[in-house]
Amino acid sequence: MSYVVNTKAEQKEMLEAIGVPHVEQLFDQVPFSLRFQGDLSVPGPFSEQELTRKMSRMASANQSTEDLVCFLGGGAYDHFIPAAVDALSMRSEFYTAYTPYQAEASQGSLQAFFEFQTLICQLTGMDVANASLYDGASAAAEAVLMAMSVTGRNGKVVLAETVNPATRQVIATLLANLGPRIEVIPCPGGFLNPAEADLALDDSTSCLVVQNPNVLGGLEEMADLCQKAQKKGVLLIVSVDPVSLGILTKPGDYGADIVVAEGQGLGNPLAFGGPYLGLLACREKFVRKIPGRLVGQTQDRNGKHCFVLTLQTREQHIRREKATSNICTNQGLYALRTAIHLSLLGPTGLRETAYSCTQKAHYLANKLLETGLVHLDPDRPFFKEFTVKLEASLARRWSTNEILDRMSAHGFLAGFPTGRWLVGKGDCLTIAVTEKRTKEEMDRFVEVFSQIA
Amino acid sequence: MEKNQSTNLLFEISRSQRRAHRVEAVDVPEIPLEAMFPPEALAKGPLDLPELAELDIVRHFTNLSTKNMAIDSNFYPLGSCTMKYNPKRHERIVSFPGFAAIHPHAPDGNSQGILELLFGMQEILGEISGLPAVSLQPAAGAQGELTALLVAAAYFKHKKDRLTQVLVPDSAHGTNPASAALAGFEAVTVKSRADGLVDLLDLRSKVDNKTAVFMITNPNTLGLFDYQIAEITEIIHGVNGLVYLDGANMNAILGITRPGDFGADMMHFNVHKTFTGPHGAGGPGSGPIAVRDFLAPFLPSPMVVRTPTGYGLCSDRPQSIGRVHGFLGNIGVLVRGFAYICTLGGRGLREVSEQAVLNANYLLSLVKETLEVPKGELCMHEFVASARLSRREKRISAMDICKGLLDYGYHAPTVYFPMVVPEALMMEPTETESKETLEGFALAIKKIMSETAETLHHAPYTLGISRPDEVAAAKTPILRWRPPVHESGA
Ligand SMILES: Cc1ncc(COP(=O)(O)O)c(C=O)c1O
Repeated sequence: MSYVVNTKAEQKEMLEAIGVPHVEQLFDQVPFSLRFQGDLSVPGPFSEQELTRKMSRMASANQSTEDLVCFLGGGAYDHFIPAAVDALSMRSEFYTAYTPYQAEASQGSLQAFFEFQTLICQLTGMDVANASLYDGASAAAEAVLMAMSVTGRNGKVVLAETVNPATRQVIATLLANLGPRIEVIPCPGGFLNPAEADLALDDSTSCLVVQNPNVLGGLEEMADLCQKAQKKGVLLIVSVDPVSLGILTKPGDYGADIVVAEGQGLGNPLAFGGPYLGLLACREKFVRKIPGRLVGQTQDRNGKHCFVLTLQTREQHIRREKATSNICTNQGLYALRTAIHLSLLGPTGLRETAYSCTQKAHYLANKLLETGLVHLDPDRPFFKEFTVKLEASLARRWSTNEILDRMSAHGFLAGFPTGRWLVGKGDCLTIAVTEKRTKEEMDRFVEVFSQIA
Repeated sequence: MEKNQSTNLLFEISRSQRRAHRVEAVDVPEIPLEAMFPPEALAKGPLDLPELAELDIVRHFTNLSTKNMAIDSNFYPLGSCTMKYNPKRHERIVSFPGFAAIHPHAPDGNSQGILELLFGMQEILGEISGLPAVSLQPAAGAQGELTALLVAAAYFKHKKDRLTQVLVPDSAHGTNPASAALAGFEAVTVKSRADGLVDLLDLRSKVDNKTAVFMITNPNTLGLFDYQIAEITEIIHGVNGLVYLDGANMNAILGITRPGDFGADMMHFNVHKTFTGPHGAGGPGSGPIAVRDFLAPFLPSPMVVRTPTGYGLCSDRPQSIGRVHGFLGNIGVLVRGFAYICTLGGRGLREVSEQAVLNANYLLSLVKETLEVPKGELCMHEFVASARLSRREKRISAMDICKGLLDYGYHAPTVYFPMVVPEALMMEPTETESKETLEGFALAIKKIMSETAETLHHAPYTLGISRPDEVAAAKTPILRWRPPVHESGA
């Protein structure tokens, strides 16, 4: 089964019009010796009914957040998505369009992206935002490249150990052949000590990359870090949880230079890690160094307000090897979803979401502490994710992976085994709580946890 | 009467205190925020997001959607972008909770269905490309290019070869040289011949002991299959370089010829083109890469592998370049691609290419009556017409023709790319368009060419706006809405 429309008779008419006896002849340019013989060995063909049945079986072989109560985070979170996000983003005028190269035929998407850019600026307190990057990790890597270009410093890039290791790895992969050394500042206390950050920064450093809340869930001392970086002409890049900005200080208010984020939590399903979207916002003066697409407002020939892709001389299709980035296709549909989600929440809804997350996370943390089986590690202010260390007696009986498996058998995605990411954290679990969790689920979590311990 | 409610920005229709989504009341004992956070960590005041009711938002975005052209409503022959029909069944499938609501960090045992699918997709892409080792991580074609070039760099480093240059034909997409630069190589341009194929003389003169990779798009961006490919790969392999295939044009050669069989060592797929991931007005895409076995150790980590008990993720790959994605890639697009390939089967994939090429040649035969097609005897899945003559003789440019087409309800072809054809109009109809659609489109071009330049210079007339001032947009960029400044006292 294919989606070809033309009948055999029509195909024949077309061949006749072209003046070629058989479709085969259309491939004469492909040397015969290079032709593939036979049929590709791939599954199918399947009718829609068969396909749907088979794929529904594959889907059922996964345990979703409808089967397991999700306390797992680590960069992807089980937030509530209002129905209108799906309904509106599934308008096929949006999702079956290509990149808005023809402005007159794409005002819908262009305006939505302009609104997205504005919403991201409002959320982060920054001056400009682009129309999305692939994901949070690649946004961080692009921000580092931007910082190198802005500062002209190619010596080193400094990262806190408390930045999500997947993000750190993507930065390292991207920088592999570009010169700068990557220095990771150890954070034994579970947060980046500003005095130690200060020691690591020098006049060859382009940027300091920090995550707030960090990979363990704790808050970093952002104002202090910003000041220390600024004094040395180092750009401060912060990777934030956008949902946290419902209650926490905007990066623009504490002086960040570039803000990046994984935008998944703003209206986008977990979907096994993607598609998500990378957010990137910065100060006005870096605008010509921004990677990726930007939508700008202008006027048409009759003086009407309208929107276009702009500052394209930064981009690969014009500037080729001198472009600010190689990105072309971004995550447009997810930028749209994010814009719809933020509109639905509004300032009060986002604040309520963040407030609910943090109240519930603190409730669960306190309940777990009361069992005496774990303690907070680090014991720092946290937003919706926190890390606990198993008490020695418990750790002797069970590894974190065994605990997670047993919790899963009882219906919980109980958290992330912190040791998979950070050395010396083998006995730790990082647990995330969103506004979707209920008191009942959390009480049951603690009960099951105590039982299996 | 003009519909203008949808032209107002979200921020302009915002009204203080309006609400849409309300979060469920907190059902646990509450602690004052001040007791949980130091004062400097807490937001000073409310966010300045817009305040709207649900219907405000629904109407706003619904109205905006009507200002787009899209595959579901319009023929969209945007060359190089493979705008084929996006089957509805895929959208239902990806919305199954077993795909949409699964956590990327869930233990492998909780994710066997998706891991099996991803493993299957690796195998399928290996089969279609003839290149057995596959990474699904790259989120789009450009990231695939970069990833493969990083793999090449790691491979050469491992062999202790100091190779510094990546050769790119002048007809290549801009992402090719940009990716080369990001991977730390010097991008060197290779000329195309008058007929659009690689100029072997120029290639030979640029290939030397600095050559790491030659990037080729085949079929190329003029819609021609470079029959010299075997010779080209021989030249590159002769200096121990690698051949990279930009797979944006795979829709022309599925089951016809395989990149691995014609000498490519690495390639990317654009799953959102060839395997019909809806493009979402800019993305998401998915740009998996396939490489030869000897490059496999350098592919990104983690990889989906078969284990004694099922499927798992393997990160213990010491020579890997590392991660290029925070998780495993744009999984939702891969699920759609998998569904598409399974719907078609091996023979169906070949039929896709046959019919895509037939449609393109039919359209070419019709368009040739009106427009010059410089390299156009027969084409593969797309061709490039040129408005060079009409521009010179009638002052009708490629852009004017595009804008004219919009008034007929057709999305425009790709314009001014590839750069090697003056006044380029790159047309790719895909296999999912009907004969009468192609005829209607060709007829529209014919009618447009009989219009006066004066008329066309102001087209389109029917789309609400016309000819935005791009120069002004770039000169004084307005990249966000800001509240109007009210003059006090005036
Ligand atoms: C020939 C060619 N190469 C590479 C790309 C880049 O792919 P993507 O947009 O998926 O990053 C494109 C499409 O935009 C293309 O047409």
